[in-house]
Amino acid sequence: MKVKKKMRVRAKLGLHARPAAMFVEAANKFISKIRVRKDDLVVDGKSILNILMLGVECGDEILVEAEGEDAHQAVETLQEIVDKEDV
Amino acid sequence: MFKKGEIIRGIPASPGIAIGKAYVISDVVFHVEKRTIKEAELSEEIKKLEAALLKTKKEIQDIQKKMAKEMGAKYADIFDMQLMLLEDRVLLEEVIERLRKELLGVEYIFYDVLVKYKKALSKLDDAYLKERAQDIDDFGRRVLKNLMGKETSRLQYLKEKAIIVAHDLSPSDTAVLNKEYVLGFVTEVGGPTTHTAIMAKSFEIPAVVGAQNATLKIDSGQEIIVDGSAGVVVVNPGAEKIKEYEKRRDILRSKIDKLLKLKDIESKTKDGTKISIMANIELPHEVNSALDHGADGIGLYRTEYLYLNRPDLPSEEEQYQAYKLVTLQMAPKPVVIRTLDLGGDKFVSQLNIPYEINPFMGWRAIRFCLARPDVFKIQLRALLRASVHGDLRIMFPMISSVEEVKEIKKILREVMEELEKDEIPYNRDIKIGAMIETPSAALICDHFKGIVDFFSIGTNDLIQYSIAVDRGNEKIAYLYDPAHPGVLRLIEKIIASSREVGIPVAMCGEMAGDVLFFPLLLGFGLREFSVSPLIIPELKMVASHIDITQTEELARKVQEMESGHEVREFLKEKIKELLGTDYQELLEA
Repeated sequence: MKVKKKMRVRAKLGLHARPAAMFVEAANKFISKIRVRKDDLVVDGKSILNILMLGVECGDEILVEAEGEDAHQAVETLQEIVDKEDV
Repeated sequence: MFKKGEIIRGIPASPGIAIGKAYVISDVVFHVEKRTIKEAELSEEIKKLEAALLKTKKEIQDIQKKMAKEMGAKYADIFDMQLMLLEDRVLLEEVIERLRKELLGVEYIFYDVLVKYKKALSKLDDAYLKERAQDIDDFGRRVLKNLMGKETSRLQYLKEKAIIVAHDLSPSDTAVLNKEYVLGFVTEVGGPTTHTAIMAKSFEIPAVVGAQNATLKIDSGQEIIVDGSAGVVVVNPGAEKIKEYEKRRDILRSKIDKLLKLKDIESKTKDGTKISIMANIELPHEVNSALDHGADGIGLYRTEYLYLNRPDLPSEEEQYQAYKLVTLQMAPKPVVIRTLDLGGDKFVSQLNIPYEINPFMGWRAIRFCLARPDVFKIQLRALLRASVHGDLRIMFPMISSVEEVKEIKKILREVMEELEKDEIPYNRDIKIGAMIETPSAALICDHFKGIVDFFSIGTNDLIQYSIAVDRGNEKIAYLYDPAHPGVLRLIEKIIASSREVGIPVAMCGEMAGDVLFFPLLLGFGLREFSVSPLIIPELKMVASHIDITQTEELARKVQEMESGHEVREFLKEKIKELLGTDYQELLEA
């Protein structure tokens, strides 16, 4: 199963500090492969180093793609994190 | 190597004299050798890496615990990023994959992968991510040390008393530091608000910052002297200089001992005029130092440090706990807490304050807070909540007009209404004050009648704004002079016009703690001083020796003088006269 979803990052700090850590922590709880794309860069959503490299700021749009049996749940959970303004 | 007795000048960051061997920390990157391995050794190499990561994890957790115990949980969060890096599977997989392909030693591959990430991160146009590049550095150094079984030359290996010389010290450096072994600090990076300066002051260790090229000019093991009061480092001093400084250090110590005995005397002048000598603090635990030195209250609690050296903003609860702690410990004495004063020379990456050409006159302090009520309100709410625990007062920095204070009060009222709605108690009569540090506010003090409850004169900025001299620019630093007759006239005017309209006025800048100006300020009518805790006993002692009428006469004479130099010479003479020869020795130390 493959699920893709465009998301706008609402976290004030972007995917930088705590939000990035929470995103990666959550991603690691799923079996699915998780990829995150911003502009032309695609990275592994389970790696803090990779997520930081994207340099995602508040208001940026990212594409989250999950592939595996729990793909739906994964995308939903990650959407929730990205939606939070204050983390 | 330096010639005997050569001097490096820096910025005085924490007073006192230290004499001892230098312990130089250079930031030279690890020298990692490339060694080839056989395919059969692959699993052994991977095991080595896993063991090193595990060991590093334990080390970091230990530091975290130590730091949480010494300084509070939030400082320990600094290491969360490193713990996540340790568990980064992509990083691990990348190392293993390259290991298989290239058949090189695991330490080299690991190092190379990290360097790649570090370079990529530091290229991103984002202050926060640039700082994370340092985390990667710190993390890499720890893992490599465990991989190669070699010790790094960082601070945790300090095993004997020494003076630390470094380019800059990070919170993780000072966290592992055994304070008993540290005689003093010298760093190349400057500024009284750097982490090193704040740490050194709070632990009362002499420090000089902004000592350019110190790590190049000083060798480990070399004898050096740090004069944290003068901002001077003497390299290879030789027996004679050492003797001279030892003598000075001993005098300083005995002076401190003698003065400490006076800490509990009442703050008043010889004729019985009551004054108040309060403490300036930056970290909550400095309240202890304030109490130990007999402070009449906290006249300035700078809250910036709550916001510095961390990836996110402090929560309301965290701020509340800090303010509560300080207020409770000082109660019933007053605690003046200044709201966030960022910008100028202090920046926080998480607030995205853009680079400015003229930051001291830019988007800073209250200007920033008024533009970001979301950040400001959290602090006000925490302050109001803490106000039930004692005599907490709120002070606003960088006020330049009456309208600004009116706008602040509007926001403050909104926060109060929210608290009412949530049925959270706070002090409805909380006192609010304005810091007087812009010439425009200084000239219209009387207009604040009925708007603020108190003033505090921030001389550091007031002087730089009125003489138009950037105090961070060494080419014109000589112009920065509290004794400038223009500055003195402005201060005199602030005090006089505040008195006229009945607004109490204190002074919390460096000038307030300079004994030279103390009688003059008394003569101008100033009665409240807020200074570094260490200076409190001395000011109490000096006060007990002088009569207000004498200071008023002295002030009248100073008002006729044309130059700062003339004022200084006159004040020096007068102090000797007023205090008599007994204290001359004390003052000259």
